[in-house]
Amino acid sequence: MTILDQGGGEVFLDPDPDKARAFFRTKSRKQTTKRMDLRDAIETFLHDGDYFVLGGFGAVRAPIAAAHEIVRQGRRNMGLAGHTSTHDIQVLSAGGVFDRVDVAYVVGLEARGLSKASRNHFENGSVRVVEDSNHGLALRFKAAAMGVPFLPMRTTLGSDTYRYGCGKTVECPYTGKRIVLKPALYADVAVIHVHEADLFGNARFRGIQVSDIDVANSAKRVIITAERLVPHEEMVRQPETIGIPYYLVDAVCEVPYGAYPGTMPYEYYSDEHHLREWLSVEADAGAYREFIDTYVFDCADHDEYVMKCGGPDRLAQLRRIEYSLDMEERHG
Amino acid sequence: MADYNEMELMIVVASRQLEDGSSVGVGTGAPCAAAMLAQKMHAPDLLIMFEAGGVGPELRRMPISVGDSRTHYRGVRAGAMSDIMEPCARGMVDYTFLGGAQIDMYGNINSTVIGPDPAKPKVRLPGSGGANDYASYCWRTMVMTVHDRRRFVERVDFLTSPGYLDGPGARERAGLPADTGPYRVITNMAVIGYEEATKRMQVLSLNPGYTRGDVRENTGFELLWADPLGETEPPSDDELRILRNEIDPDRIFIGR
Repeated sequence: MTILDQGGGEVFLDPDPDKARAFFRTKSRKQTTKRMDLRDAIETFLHDGDYFVLGGFGAVRAPIAAAHEIVRQGRRNMGLAGHTSTHDIQVLSAGGVFDRVDVAYVVGLEARGLSKASRNHFENGSVRVVEDSNHGLALRFKAAAMGVPFLPMRTTLGSDTYRYGCGKTVECPYTGKRIVLKPALYADVAVIHVHEADLFGNARFRGIQVSDIDVANSAKRVIITAERLVPHEEMVRQPETIGIPYYLVDAVCEVPYGAYPGTMPYEYYSDEHHLREWLSVEADAGAYREFIDTYVFDCADHDEYVMKCGGPDRLAQLRRIEYSLDMEERHG
Repeated sequence: MADYNEMELMIVVASRQLEDGSSVGVGTGAPCAAAMLAQKMHAPDLLIMFEAGGVGPELRRMPISVGDSRTHYRGVRAGAMSDIMEPCARGMVDYTFLGGAQIDMYGNINSTVIGPDPAKPKVRLPGSGGANDYASYCWRTMVMTVHDRRRFVERVDFLTSPGYLDGPGARERAGLPADTGPYRVITNMAVIGYEEATKRMQVLSLNPGYTRGDVRENTGFELLWADPLGETEPPSDDELRILRNEIDPDRIFIGR
């Protein structure tokens, strides 16, 4: 196949499926207990320089507790996939964790506004950026999950998103049309927050999936954080609900409210008040440093952070906001 | 005549573009309000999709995130991003609404960086997200935006999402699916389409209270004008009542 054109962006990770196969050959298939403390899981499986993916959709079912722990442990020189990263990358920015990012969506918190702290990292030239689109990144995870070196798509053609991306344009061997090939993205580590998991790492979640199933299938190491651990018996009674089976998973950590202050579908809604605080405090460097110390560095763990933000009472309020959807139906 | 603000007018105008039985990929905010209004006014079978995976929700309440559970409440799918992007790629999504910091006369949109050097941007913006994909795949792309010279520019600093690129035939030459592309730009001052021969922005109607001069002064490139030039139909009492009472009762998006 002749390459007609290519983007100038770096390919941060080797898309060779045989190298991936050599790794996955060594990955344990034993259904053993993988329960760990989040601190130990991050320490054991996420190393300086690794490329990682956080599951969820920025402030929806995102592993925010893990993002705090990564910052507390002072990880550096990390690569990152920004597959609609909003509050998660805002937290990571507080620690200056990353130096290269595949960007579909970063810096913004959707309609809430832009994060100045995140912007700073991208504007001071310290981050190598490769532009992408949401479909582009989704296909890169899918290609890796399929064990193929690339997948084709018909989006981004003609744009600067393509020019500053890592796709290559070829002529389709069947139709003669121009088509973009995106390289497989085998991340070193994925962290995915779910509703329920068992001790072995079988995990299930509700609501939107984003690309989390493909991400779990393609990352070399997978850390699951779960709102609740449930008995294995309970899990396997409904195998069709298990989105991420144990053999993909290296560590499973019980982290109640692990997506807070983001939303966890059917559990709690986002804490918009606290998210506004995160955004507004970034305007003042001194206040920001103090805020990050208080809410990230001085917290031993996520429980302590949640307690500082109002604890169970606040979460009960957020649960009512989330569940008012169902209330409306009954009263509607 | 009913009293209304410009955001209300823009949402109402946008809602009228969406016919019953069509499909639309939307984000949160004004586009979502427009889709909700269309469903309640004239398009009960408008199929609404959110790129994080929510499809066909009953939108009793406006979502804050494109991924929160309101985007699939009583819906037909809470799926993956590919569950949205694939029907877009197959040609099953008719409309989308996009936003951005800059737009040019061909409807090319910038939502990535401001400044001449993308490696050292003056302002880093979110990037494409799903916008480029929607702009590449959907049959008709619409933009809702405030009308000013900072946004309506001769050249976008970064072409995040493709409009008609540099003119007729350019999308097809680049390899994008045929017959797709920009359709409407709905601003506080005017409703704008694209002239068939040149693929350039053409003002279709002026919103009540605005003149050609206002629009010209607030646009950084030469616009084409429909002849005859229309006047945008203001919101009806019904449209305003539903928008205010049922869609955004807290006036988060429509303001006061």
